[in-house]
Amino acid sequence: MDKKYGVYICTGCGIGDALDIKSLSDIAADEGLSCQTHPFLCSQEGVALLKSDISEKGVNTLMIAACSRRVNYDVFRFDGCIVDRINIREGVVWSHGRSEFPALTEEEKADEDKFDRVQMMAEDYLRMGMARTEKVKLPEPYQLENFTKKILVIGGGVTGMSAALDAAKCGYEVTIVEKEAQLGGNVAEWRRQLPVAAPYETLIPTVVDGKIKAVEAAANITVKTETEVARIAGEPGNFTVTLKNVGEKTEFDVPFPLPPEMKVDEKGKELDVDALLVKYKAYNEGKKDILQFDPNGEKFGAVVLAAGWRPYEAKDGEFAHLGLGQTPDVVTNYQFEQIAAKGKIVRPSDGKEAKSVVFVQSPGSGDDADFAYTGAVTSMVALKQAKYVCDDYADGKAYVFYQHMRTPGLSENFYKSMQQTPGIFLTKGEVTGVSKNGSTLAVAASNTLLGENIQVNADMVVLATGMVPVTVDDPVVNLAYRQGPGFRDNAIFNGYADSNFICFPYETQRTGIYAAGAIRRSMTVEESVEDATGAALKAIQCIESVNRGVAVHPRSGDMTFPDFFFQRCTQCKRCTEECPFGALDDDEKGTPKPNPARCRRCGTCMGACPERIIGFADYNVDSIGSMVKSIKVPSADEYSDPPFRILGLVCENDALPALDIAALNKLSYSADVRLIPVRCLGSVNVIWIKDALSQGMDGVFLLGCKHGDDYQCHFVKGSELASIRMKKIGEALQSLALENERVAQFEVAIDEYDKLPKMINDFVEMVEGLGPNPFKGF
Amino acid sequence: MTEDKSAPFSGSIMVVGGGISGLTTALEAAEVGYEVFIVEKNPYLGGRVAQLNQYFPKLCPPTCGLEINFRRIKDNPNIKFFTLAEVEKVSGGPGNYSVTLKLNPRYVNENCTGCGACAEACQTELPSEFNFGLNKTKGAYLPHEMAFPSRYVISPQIIGTEDAKRCQEACQYNAVDLEMKAKTIELNVGSMVWATGWEPYDAAKIDNLGFGRYPNIITNMMLERLAAPNGPTKGQILRPSDDKAPESIAFVQCAGSRDENHLPYCSYICCMASLKHATYIRARYPEAKIYIFYIDMRTPGYRYEKFYQNIKEDKNVFFIKGKVAEVQESADNRQITVVAENAVTGEKIRQAVDLVVLATGMQPTAAKNKLPAGELKYTEDGFIINDMERGGMFGAGCANKPADVVSSNQNATGMALKAIQTLVRR
Repeated sequence: MDKKYGVYICTGCGIGDALDIKSLSDIAADEGLSCQTHPFLCSQEGVALLKSDISEKGVNTLMIAACSRRVNYDVFRFDGCIVDRINIREGVVWSHGRSEFPALTEEEKADEDKFDRVQMMAEDYLRMGMARTEKVKLPEPYQLENFTKKILVIGGGVTGMSAALDAAKCGYEVTIVEKEAQLGGNVAEWRRQLPVAAPYETLIPTVVDGKIKAVEAAANITVKTETEVARIAGEPGNFTVTLKNVGEKTEFDVPFPLPPEMKVDEKGKELDVDALLVKYKAYNEGKKDILQFDPNGEKFGAVVLAAGWRPYEAKDGEFAHLGLGQTPDVVTNYQFEQIAAKGKIVRPSDGKEAKSVVFVQSPGSGDDADFAYTGAVTSMVALKQAKYVCDDYADGKAYVFYQHMRTPGLSENFYKSMQQTPGIFLTKGEVTGVSKNGSTLAVAASNTLLGENIQVNADMVVLATGMVPVTVDDPVVNLAYRQGPGFRDNAIFNGYADSNFICFPYETQRTGIYAAGAIRRSMTVEESVEDATGAALKAIQCIESVNRGVAVHPRSGDMTFPDFFFQRCTQCKRCTEECPFGALDDDEKGTPKPNPARCRRCGTCMGACPERIIGFADYNVDSIGSMVKSIKVPSADEYSDPPFRILGLVCENDALPALDIAALNKLSYSADVRLIPVRCLGSVNVIWIKDALSQGMDGVFLLGCKHGDDYQCHFVKGSELASIRMKKIGEALQSLALENERVAQFEVAIDEYDKLPKMINDFVEMVEGLGPNPFKGF
Repeated sequence: MTEDKSAPFSGSIMVVGGGISGLTTALEAAEVGYEVFIVEKNPYLGGRVAQLNQYFPKLCPPTCGLEINFRRIKDNPNIKFFTLAEVEKVSGGPGNYSVTLKLNPRYVNENCTGCGACAEACQTELPSEFNFGLNKTKGAYLPHEMAFPSRYVISPQIIGTEDAKRCQEACQYNAVDLEMKAKTIELNVGSMVWATGWEPYDAAKIDNLGFGRYPNIITNMMLERLAAPNGPTKGQILRPSDDKAPESIAFVQCAGSRDENHLPYCSYICCMASLKHATYIRARYPEAKIYIFYIDMRTPGYRYEKFYQNIKEDKNVFFIKGKVAEVQESADNRQITVVAENAVTGEKIRQAVDLVVLATGMQPTAAKNKLPAGELKYTEDGFIINDMERGGMFGAGCANKPADVVSSNQNATGMALKAIQTLVRR
């Protein structure tokens, strides 16, 4: 588009009182740009002025110097126009009050050696806006060449069937793949299940039969049993999936990345690229490369991973003190359910009626932790199974020993109902030992509500072992992604395919693939069914977003996508390796293959690229670089005591709002800093920092989110990657004879707005202590 | 080759309640491509979680996720929201509801720039509802710094006073409109999701726990406000009677919950909330003694369990299995003695502390006043029972059951699909 620029300065909200608007306008006028001021730009009259310039004068690139872009977003939205919001209200005037940063007196104005820091700040921001708008384009959505709305559901248990039914009800075609010969999963093997609806008091028949019937009746659901996923290649809206018989070896089985120990030679030194490729090929012999799509593969738009759980398998002797493995009458809750499903509860050892059963909720050994992988589910399972004992035998007795009865929320109703069931005895207590006592078992427990040390004789003992997500054993999704076949961060979730975000529970870091049910947390049937609905929604939402060519969360609706200038690519693979979402695959040479529909538009690739060949229509190395270069760096030639210039690259998700809130509270910080919002610290390219320093700026700081296992970065790795890059830049600085300290990164949470001014001022002060950048003026 | 870009089927969705669940349902549906209306009774979106200092177990600020959600709203023309709005009447059935909304006056119009001149001019101070009355706010106020929309409100309590006129005169932008009246509008929608959330159980009703009688007994939600950097004390946790730093704090779990006289169910979040509060205390007072009186520690799942295990490492956090029976105040030092029976040993425990925090539970908003929709069904305690077969209307989040934020968001995401299914079936 041919840009026609218009600069608009609002003088309301104290801007006109604090700044010399004439001088500010001259900045634009000097560049030949039309510049208008308005006392109240967001008013109807103000907006009418903008609209008339758009329609009458053909202005299509507007620079609005007024408030933060976080407010009046709807007022200043003009379709088909580039709008740059130059934040001189929160960013300049409100955060740099004139009581603290006095304006020049008339006398001082006459003195050329005097300067007004706040005015300089506003003028720089205007220049930066002008520089940016020159370099950005209106985005056009990314369109897939092939597109399908079909949904693949992995796992035909209750969760998978629920997700399939929910998506099918909305008109989507669904295929369920199930590795067993029939649908139903674990639940199909149960006698009864926990209640799923108010009043949550009684056991019910499992929901499996109903689900299977509904799936069979649904015209748009295809079921493939005894089938598993060999690989999922491609991107949302256009995945190419190879399905195979369980255990079968095929050439489209997904290749695995080399394990770390194979990437080094005997001396522990990292192998070179060619050697790695040879090893990788040998390691994956017989398998097609990830970039080779199966011509017979099925096309899917999105995937729901509902592969569920398997029972925890005790290690040899692990629960010997509880008799497991010592006598057949000590079983796990999973084994007990199998017995119960067959008929009346009988002892495995001799087939005699088991009328007295002890349920052990915690392995003991001094702490009050439950068995691994249990959640709240096993407390409720124990209550359910205790009820079986009393259902089967009028004189049946079930003893449940727990450390904490975990029946949260409305499941408390079920607990109460079981408490009132004759024959069920519930007590806190630590089971210290299970031993043979003739034909029965003697269960010793301490610290119980019934006495300090008690002993109960039982026909059977049931241990409440947990539900292990199958992702502990296997990636299951088998993604033909260069970063590897599974989800990336399962290790920090104990092997679950969970989300790290409390606010966004369906984040998997693999766009278009959503986990549901017990694969991501131990869940009851009720919870799993509910979770399945949410995952189905996310799958549908991803498909519809891809169809519109826009990003999904957190930059929902963003039409930009990364564009690569491949001629200059040096195949360094950094973009492929660093993308938090595995959006890039590279070929044998290391040339990246973008998969824009997998991309979340954070710009981490752009920050990683040493050749600076990656960018977005409205956000690229040049647009930010030009902003940096447009900042005026006062030198000793101009002023006897020139002010310092410090660049701040600020995460727009948390740090930027925090700065706005600081401004709202009239908290001030140094007027010598110039802040540039970035999509994520991961998108920060070190060239911006080098440019800033080589043009004489005195320091650069990055403001972003907390990293580590409890990271708050919306793009998972952005702030962490930035911190690694900042460490590396230290070496480059030293080679320029600049102090490392001139570049720093700070972590800030969105609510720490009160700490920001000190954080910034301390840095500025420290840099002042180092003295001016020696490159200044060159 | 690309298919039709519109949403697969037509019709709008109304989400009642703009807290974290309502926002989630609304956004997830809107990002599929549907038109969504959010109806929020407060002057801001964000609901209950906006009052929290941090989420467990990550100890991250709720405003972080809210900010992203607000940006998603800003960027999505499919979502329209009404604040200070209530549903008055619903007629029709699944696929075709006619909803009457009452829009209460904010007395501040869209001219508001958020400059704050009205609040500066206003002299009246009113107890801050947002901060549970722990401090006062002006009669013209921004509900909180991160409030979205970022627009001032004039309390109806100062309408008709000189003070209101002062606010009006102080505004340079003609944003204060004292003549604003409540309006009624009608909207037609295909499905409705009630995400009307919860209220902290009224601790004053728990007679034996002394709330309201003794100043040094506060609730868990009050502690959230005290710990919040934008709270009444800017994040300091002090004893209300004398603003002294507490050296010992007792948490009384199941204050009202799991109690047939109050809330017969478990409120799901209070155990984790108190453990989180222990971290608030510890961050401020490295030596303070913390006593947690509980029935069962309900920390389900690997993440919550890990959080609990970490806190157990702290030698100055004491866990006592026993329900608190009574509290006594010492007249001279205003300390509170918490009396409980240790459930395991039977021993009677008397622990004097500087501050008592009642872990009060959650009560669904509909427990007090039924929602204006005849077809909704409730449990005895006021939680909405969903009828998935019938469709049309659904309860989401804590209107449906007591839950933490993660589960509420899962539930709310699913309800977006249920709402869409209703539209598709037409």
